[in-house]
Amino acid sequence: MRLIYAFVVTVLLAVPARAEVNIQEVTSPGGLTAWLVQEPSIPFVALDISFRGGASLEGADKRGAINLMTALLEEGAGSMDSREFARAAEGLATSFRFSVSDDELNVSARFLTENQDASVALLKEALQNPSFNADAIERVRDQVLSNIRSSAKDPGDIARKTMDELLYGDHPYGTSLSGSVETVTALTRDDLVTAHRDVLARDRIFIGAAGDITPQALGLLLDELLGGLPKTGAPMPPVAKLRIPSGITVVDFATPQSVALFAQKGIEQKDDDWFAATVMNQILGGGSFESRMMTEVREKRGLTYGVYSYLVPMELAATYQGSVSSANDRIADAISVIRDEWQKMAENGATVQELEDAKTYITGSYPLRFDGNQQIAGILVGMQMLGLPIDYIATRNDKVDAVTLEDVRRVAGELLDPDGLAFVIVGQPEGLETTAAN
Amino acid sequence: MIRFPALAAFVSFLLPSSAGLAAQNEAVTHFTLDNGMEVVVIEDHRSPSVQQMVWYRAGSADEPKGSSGVAHFLEHLLFKATDKMESGEFSATVAKNGGRDNAFTSYDYTAYFQRVAADRLELMMQMESDRMRNIRLTHDDIETERDVIIEERNQRTENSPGALFQEQMSAAQYLNHQYGAPVIGWMHEMQTLDLEDALGFYELYYSPNNAILVVSGDVEPAKVHRLAKQYYGVIPANPDLPERLRTQEPPQTAERRVIFRDSRVAQEYISRSYLAQERDPGNQKTAAALTILAEILGGGTTSYLAEKLQFDTQIATYSSAYYRGQALDDTTFNLVVVPRLDVTLEAAEDAMDAAVSTFLEEGVDPEQLERIKAQLRADQVYSRDSAEKVANRYGSALAIGLSVQDVQDWPDILEAVTAEDIMQAARDVFDCEASVTGWLMREEVTQ
Repeated sequence: MRLIYAFVVTVLLAVPARAEVNIQEVTSPGGLTAWLVQEPSIPFVALDISFRGGASLEGADKRGAINLMTALLEEGAGSMDSREFARAAEGLATSFRFSVSDDELNVSARFLTENQDASVALLKEALQNPSFNADAIERVRDQVLSNIRSSAKDPGDIARKTMDELLYGDHPYGTSLSGSVETVTALTRDDLVTAHRDVLARDRIFIGAAGDITPQALGLLLDELLGGLPKTGAPMPPVAKLRIPSGITVVDFATPQSVALFAQKGIEQKDDDWFAATVMNQILGGGSFESRMMTEVREKRGLTYGVYSYLVPMELAATYQGSVSSANDRIADAISVIRDEWQKMAENGATVQELEDAKTYITGSYPLRFDGNQQIAGILVGMQMLGLPIDYIATRNDKVDAVTLEDVRRVAGELLDPDGLAFVIVGQPEGLETTAAN
Repeated sequence: MIRFPALAAFVSFLLPSSAGLAAQNEAVTHFTLDNGMEVVVIEDHRSPSVQQMVWYRAGSADEPKGSSGVAHFLEHLLFKATDKMESGEFSATVAKNGGRDNAFTSYDYTAYFQRVAADRLELMMQMESDRMRNIRLTHDDIETERDVIIEERNQRTENSPGALFQEQMSAAQYLNHQYGAPVIGWMHEMQTLDLEDALGFYELYYSPNNAILVVSGDVEPAKVHRLAKQYYGVIPANPDLPERLRTQEPPQTAERRVIFRDSRVAQEYISRSYLAQERDPGNQKTAAALTILAEILGGGTTSYLAEKLQFDTQIATYSSAYYRGQALDDTTFNLVVVPRLDVTLEAAEDAMDAAVSTFLEEGVDPEQLERIKAQLRADQVYSRDSAEKVANRYGSALAIGLSVQDVQDWPDILEAVTAEDIMQAARDVFDCEASVTGWLMREEVTQ
């Protein structure tokens, strides 16, 4: 019966597709740098802009200011109020998405070539001249408070909040960037103006563009769009002091399925062992069906719908985390299996077959990421924030292929800390109680 | 309901009032194999990758009574063994070839897909055609995978009061049609699903004459045609494929109300659904008007509900309207209002109804309609950036009985909608006797 698959062998030997992405570096007359993939076949442009620092550039007493400020960028600017601004964007069929995370404030825009100048003028108002009108502040503050109250009763969000507090303590990473009911309620318009000045500055800007635009036109566009922003913003916060409370922390919450997160120290993306760790993680719990944890916890035992592990290389802390959800009477079994898999990988590393399969998956799926102008513009920003060379895409898979079985075994032994794992479990898990010394 | 959440690249089938996208300028080829299998090819040569999707015209609303969830359960089981492959080998082979695969189930269809480098298409077709007829399930598969879908229900629904509430809303809206049962199934019926249930559904519905192949990406239609004939064309049609007739709703003659309380609710809100006409083959005009109506009433800060409830008055924290036009049978038009903390659900409901009444008196703002149409026209450009989205659009439409022509006509039908069409559709749909109103509430007694 295997005969019919004879040709599979040749397919497996074929070289995976290469992502052919031709990136140009553009320097604007005003000195801004951007990476561009010129793709004229569809008459629109995707523009992605990130400001490093994001929501971590505020003090604990102002927690939530940067998040609220970001949400207000599209709620009135220049002479336009919220709805006038939105109507202008709708009429141009342009879209702007403003979002903020712990490490960056991101602006993702797309506009038709024929509406380019008017779209850029509109976005410029939002970035450089937001109104922060009292009405808009109160309306959006109310939405943020509603979200904060909902998060407080969501088991996944409770788990995240608890784990972040344990890992990062007083560092900005230790609290939700949405802020608390108390801090958000107390924010003033001045706080938002300060947040805007602290974050949207030219000394921390990263730009990617993809679509129907020339390098010259992009340079002029960027000076027009961003040239008027302040030169410098707030200083970056210090590196986080990680604390891993080994053992289990249970948060009692009346819900049928327990939600668990687990964490230990991680590895930085610029570390020489990054790719070995990536391959090791792919085998242990990365996002495919073939991972050991998925096989053991879901496929063999049916204990969960999904179990994953992921390297989390943030700007100011590197952790290695994972998640699983199981009914309250089964979560203890799931956690026991996860601990065993962590232990086995730490002791024995991977097999030759696992290594080869993981490498083919990681290298083969890489080109699938570049599947549209918007994705590409975002990837270009991410590469620049990591300080990667402009030819990185062409060489990245070679770095994956260079990982050896010995690399994986050594990195697994050095990185994985089965006894040090910190679990946070939200629910009413049977047979589990808090053991971590918090 | 997707099989595996981490790979969820798929756009939700409950897109809030998402306007239709265009067919123009897309390189789309359509043909039918001799055994009745439809094939759609969407060319996009910008990157060397390809996506194969196979859509079956069978979803949760096609399930036998008492076996809710079996369509989705079977979707999971299609990753187990076949005559030629071991359990798990399908996904493992995709991964070994650097690809990603997944599947999803909805009310009206079940679909399977893989994304891989373009030169792996043949292998994907070989494997997908194999599992159309040749699965081999064991009792162990059934026991273990049933636990998985129960945990999936725990995760999606039991742990979410909002999801439990929506489930009750649908059950109240549909007295007789199976849209009233959740796609993932009722827990007590999921617990009893067995091998015979799964195989019964498989034997009845999984055949080439009940399937649509959609291939998108860096491919040539002639080559897809040749491969499709080679792998799918050799599978005989199922002569016993039943006509797709479901029990239909009787006329709704009484408005219905749902009060759902849960201690895990932090933010109370109102949900309202009205029975509404869906997109029908050759007859999409009302659906197009309803699609634009949802945008007018609930599409962001410039919408009518936002104006009345969030700007002119401070009743609501959030408001929205959405319409799921892509359905085989009668669908729903929905309104949601999340009141501010100091506003009762009753006051919010009154304000919502008052806003709908004034809209019916005032009519459509022509400038707003023109802005919406400008966005619809632009979507014809933007949508070309994602061959996968185009593939989903064709696959889901064909799976509910629309034709390729219907899909390609849709942008023009939207463009032709007039203010009067929208008001007529609004007057027809806002019939309180054909509605369900739900209150999601905290467990404590509220004022």
